[in-house]
Order: sequence, then structure tokens, then C-alpha cells
Amino acid sequence: MFYRETGQFKTNYADDMAIFPIRQDRIGLALILAFAFLVVPFVTSDFTLKTIMLPFLALSVAVIGLNILTGYTGLISLGSAGFMGVGAYACYKLTTIFPEVNILIWIFVSGFFAAAVGVFFGLPSLRIKGLYLAVATLAAQFFLQWAFVRIPWLFNYNPSGAIEVPLRTLFGVPITGPTASLEVKYLICLCFVVGMTWLASNLVHGRIGRSWMAVRDMDIAAELMGIKLLNAKLMAFAVSSFYCGVSGALFVFLYLGGAEAGTEFAIRLSFLILFAVIIGGAGSMIGSFLGAGFIVALPTILKFGLPAIGIAITGATAEKIVLMIIGALTIYLLIVEPHGLARIWQIMKQKLRVWPFPY
Amino acid sequence: MSAVTSTAPKPMLSPAMMATVKVLGVFGAIALAIVLLVQSGAMPKGSIGHKVLAAPFIDMWDLPDLLVQTLWEGLVAGVLYALIALGFVLIFKASGVFNFAQGIMVVFSALTLVGSYEIMTQRMGLPTGVAVAILALIVAVATMFVLAWLVERIVLRPLVNQNEIIMLMATVGLTYFLIGFGEYVFGGNPKVMITAELGLPTGNTQFNILGGRVNIQHLDVAAAVIASVMIAGLAFFFQYTRIGRALRAVADSHKAALSVGISLNQIWVIVWFTAGIVALVTGIMWGARSDVSFALEIIALKALPVLILGGFTSVPGAIVGGLIIGIGEKMGEGYWGPLLGGGIETWLAYVIALGFLLFRPQGLFGEKIIERI
Repeated sequence: MFYRETGQFKTNYADDMAIFPIRQDRIGLALILAFAFLVVPFVTSDFTLKTIMLPFLALSVAVIGLNILTGYTGLISLGSAGFMGVGAYACYKLTTIFPEVNILIWIFVSGFFAAAVGVFFGLPSLRIKGLYLAVATLAAQFFLQWAFVRIPWLFNYNPSGAIEVPLRTLFGVPITGPTASLEVKYLICLCFVVGMTWLASNLVHGRIGRSWMAVRDMDIAAELMGIKLLNAKLMAFAVSSFYCGVSGALFVFLYLGGAEAGTEFAIRLSFLILFAVIIGGAGSMIGSFLGAGFIVALPTILKFGLPAIGIAITGATAEKIVLMIIGALTIYLLIVEPHGLARIWQIMKQKLRVWPFPY
Repeated sequence: MSAVTSTAPKPMLSPAMMATVKVLGVFGAIALAIVLLVQSGAMPKGSIGHKVLAAPFIDMWDLPDLLVQTLWEGLVAGVLYALIALGFVLIFKASGVFNFAQGIMVVFSALTLVGSYEIMTQRMGLPTGVAVAILALIVAVATMFVLAWLVERIVLRPLVNQNEIIMLMATVGLTYFLIGFGEYVFGGNPKVMITAELGLPTGNTQFNILGGRVNIQHLDVAAAVIASVMIAGLAFFFQYTRIGRALRAVADSHKAALSVGISLNQIWVIVWFTAGIVALVTGIMWGARSDVSFALEIIALKALPVLILGGFTSVPGAIVGGLIIGIGEKMGEGYWGPLLGGGIETWLAYVIALGFLLFRPQGLFGEKIIERI
């Protein structure tokens, strides 16, 4: 009815190649962005901002990162939490060594450190494939986790072994540390997410992205067509780890406000991110956001939503039931739609386009 | 298939033996180089090179009893890793599913055993002792069968022929479900394994050999023996029984097996049940060495490097891989760990496995990967 492309003619190649060819999509995106920037921080409660919005935004960057690696390049990695940790620690070290440089720059720069580590651990991907590679990347996860605990220089010899996020300001407004307001943190996170998504979207639609997808579909064929596997795969690892690193810095500096690496960046987070990629839809930008939203919102909704609708559960039982439901729901979703939430979204859009006719 | 391959002339040494000879040669050359470096004075005592390359070996030579002890501990750990890996391999061969839940099945089965024993003795008033322990064992085995059946029905059947990563994610979902379910039913507190009630030996023996003392837990001996018996039993089962032949057929080719009338669904239940039994035995052994709780989950992750080392599809690979990882890990932690501040056990196994993989991407015994366009 309102979602029709009738009358929208493509008169040149640029129109034809546009990421959002339909005008309603562009309007919808603008509306969502306006809503996220102008309405959400002033309407939602502090609780929602803190427990859902901030982790959602921070993790969605990591999910985009892993999606670039797994969804677009076809390399499965279980080390994402480790790379997030690298970003967080790099950012912490940088901002304590050079406190006069703005923290936002360091959050961005810390991604490069993660990228360097990612390239190193991505080297085996040139020889190992598939699930073997997935297990091999666990080496990165466990080694990095060990390093975060055992190298005291990384947390400035803090006796508690944890990062404590210092107070940093932008134009006099505190943006990190205990006195920063949630709204400011939210807006900073949002800016990062929008910027990084724009960057990722351009990357995957460009020459580099096409070479990644060629490698994913069949790497030997891609090599025969003249794509250098070394460059393509390591580039994917670098970009993916860069995103994870920035995500880790955001996660610690804006969401947690302090972290112990042994617990925060554990293997479970790696699985959760891979989870988000698969549930959201591998090889899809919107899928990354849907997946990240799913993994962040579901536990909270179950924990606080079930008592609200009259199913009384105590705290300890709640966690067990939540685990069971997450497990069951995952299997159910995979059975119903193995291509993820992004595919469901696509089907819905298609249905809307031809509504009220079946096709 | 075999008719085709047998026409090729046989080389003097099989490829595996050739590889072994090569590896031994490389190791020998490295050892010689180290000895030469130390003797020539290029690596003075206390230098980093000496600490990393020479001192651990000198320690091994000087204190052989400690070396034997470390090797024994590595061997026992390796046997248990091999058992977990065996469960993975069974399922991967028969259904192509990388069963991430195998580690949780280990904990879940052990928890069922201990939990049902507790319920029977404490709430139902049955006497403690061997008889009830065996009853609990039967309950645990039955639970694993029900689990296998449910997994086949609810998870595998609708997901058949999906991408391997989707199957992996489904088993991760299963993992979460089993953790939640196990803790919900049996409580989250660590439990003590009913070692004595099951007739497993406790205590230890000390041997005076090589000018020192080596301490051997009876339980570890029992674990090694039981594991060997079970592996032999499984090998027999696969080789000589009707169902075993069917299992091997399914592992070879799903389609061909279906076409000769083998029921895939039935085979999957059997395989998951077998993996469940293997998990139960592993759970008893691990549980007896520490408490039974979901913290044991971490050992499941230890089985993954064993798996990539041995190859996903090879039973001997799982065993040899388990031993290499177990011994390598304990030796590394004991002799090189202090140089790095200890705790390197958590990642050393992966690095060892990665080192092997760089030379053989399909694992030690995995099928050769042939890629075609």
C-alpha cells in the first residue's frame, strides 16, 4: 500500500547500484536514525539505556565485525571476545599514557591494535578452513585471555587486576568514567555505530567486499580469478578485528565502566557474538543489528518480562530458566529459518511490496 | 573403491611412517643443534636461550622421577581428553555434526548419575551402597538414551542437510539448554562423585624408582584401563557387529547408506547414545578427580585441540591426539610454564595443535582434503 516502488525509475547506473534503491527504505532509515538520535535518549528510562541500549550498540559493532569475517568471507572465528579485549586494553593503556588526547580518538585507534593482533592470529586461515579454523581461532581467545590476566602492565599494575575507566571529557562534558551521564554515553556509542556501519557497508559493497564474497563462495575459484587469498583473508581478519577492538573499547569505556578481562572477554562472549551473526543472518548488515539486539534483549526481557506477565520466578531459578529458553529458542529459530532474522525481514518486506496479492 | 587404490604400487614405507621419520629427523637435528650451542658456549647459563632451550631438558635428565610423574599425569589427562574427543568423532563421522554439546553431555551425565543417587538415598530412603549406585548408573544410561532420542527427533531431523555452522550453532543451543536444565533439576552446587560406591579404587601407591618417588593414583590406573577397554570395545563394535557396519556405512556416505536400506534416524540415535555412554564414563572419571559441576565445561574445550590434532573423522586420531595434547600440556606447564608466569595450560594445547595443523591441515589422521572447482 504505502510500500511501493511504482514510479521510482532508475535512470542511471548509480541509481541501479544504490544500497537502498527504494525511496521508502531511505525514508525509513532516516526516520530510524532521527528516532535513535533525537527521541531515544530523552524518552527511555535510565534502566533501558543501561541494560539494553548501551550493550546493544557496543556489541553490534563486534557483530558487524564478525559478520564481515564469517558472513562475508566465510571464515569462522571464535576469538572475537579476545580481540574485543585487545581493543579495550589498548584503549586503556593509550588513554593512561597520553591522557591529553581525546578518548574518542583512542577508542578508534585501539581498533588498529586489535587489527594487528587479528592479522597475526588470522595467518593460519591461509592453510586451515572451516571448523578446523574455528577451533584454531580458539587459540587466540585463550592466549589473549591468559595475557590479560598474567601481564600486569596491561592493567597498570592495579592490584585488583581490573581496568578502571578514568574520567575523560569532550568540550567539558564528561563522556567516560562514573560521572558521565547515560544519555551522553548513548549518543557517543550511537555515533560510533553509525559511522562504523557506514564504513562497513561501503567496504562490503566495494571491490574489497566483492573479493571477500568470492573467497567465501569458493576460495580456489577466487584465486584462479586473480584474487590474492593472502590479501583478502588477512584483510578480512584485520577489518573484523578492528571492529571487534573498537567494540571492546566501547563496551568497557562506555557500557561497563571497568572490567576484569578474565571474566568479561571470556569464550562465552565469543560464542554469543557468533550466535548473533548466525541468528541475525550471516552476510547481512541489518542481520548484525537484529542478532545483536536478540542476544542483548532476550535475557533481559526474559528475566524481567516473565514475572511481569505473572510467571513468578526467583532470581536463581530465573537464570536457569532463561538459559533453557535461550537454548530452546535458538534451536527453534535455526529450524524455522536457518538463514536468520535478516531473511525473515526480507520475506516480510517482499510480502509488503506485493500486498494484498500473494505475488 | 579398494580395488582402484590397490592397483597402485606400494611404496616402501607408508606415508604416515615417512612423515614420522621426517619429524623424528627434524627433532633430532634440533636436539643436536641445542647440544652444540650449549657446548660451544654460545648459550651461557642464565641466558634466555639457555632457559628456554636447554634448562628444561637438563632438569628432566637430573630429576627423572619428576619426569616420570609428569609423563604419567599427562598420560592420564590425555586418556580423558581422548575420551571426550572420541565422543565428538563418533557423532561427526556418523552425522556430520560438530557436537559442541559433547562436553556438556559429560557433565550432564555425571550429574544425572550423582543426582539420582542422591535423590534415591536421601529422599526415597534407599540404603547407600553398590546396589543403589548401579541403579543410579542405569538411570543415567537411560537418561542418555532419552536425550539421544530427543536430540535426533527435535534437533537433527528438522535440520538435516543444513550447513555445518548451523548444526554447530544448534548444538551450542543444546549446550545452553542442558546447562539450564541440569542446574534446574539437580541444583548448581558442585557434587562429589560416588567413586567408592561404584567400586572404583581410591588411594594411591608410591613407587621408588630412578632415585626418587613416583606417586600414582589408583583411580588414574583404573581410568586408563577402563578407557582402553572401552575403546577396544567400541572398535570391536564398529568392526564386527551389524550395527557397527551400518554406522561405518553412514560415515562413508549418507546417501549410499540410505539407498541400501540403512535407517539414518536409527543410526543417529545409536550414535548419540554411544556418545552419551562415552560421555558418562568420561564424566565418572573426571568427576572422581574433581567435583561434578558445570565448571567441568572447560575440559570440553580442552578436547577441541585434540580433535583438530587428530582429525574430526578419525578414532585413532582422537586417541593419539589426546595423548599428545595431554603429555605436551603437562610437560609444557611443568618445564616451560614458570618462564611465562604459569597458567599456560589454558592455551598451550591449542598452540601445539596449531603447530601440527600448519603442516597437516586435515589433522594427523584426518582424511586427505581434496578440493575441486
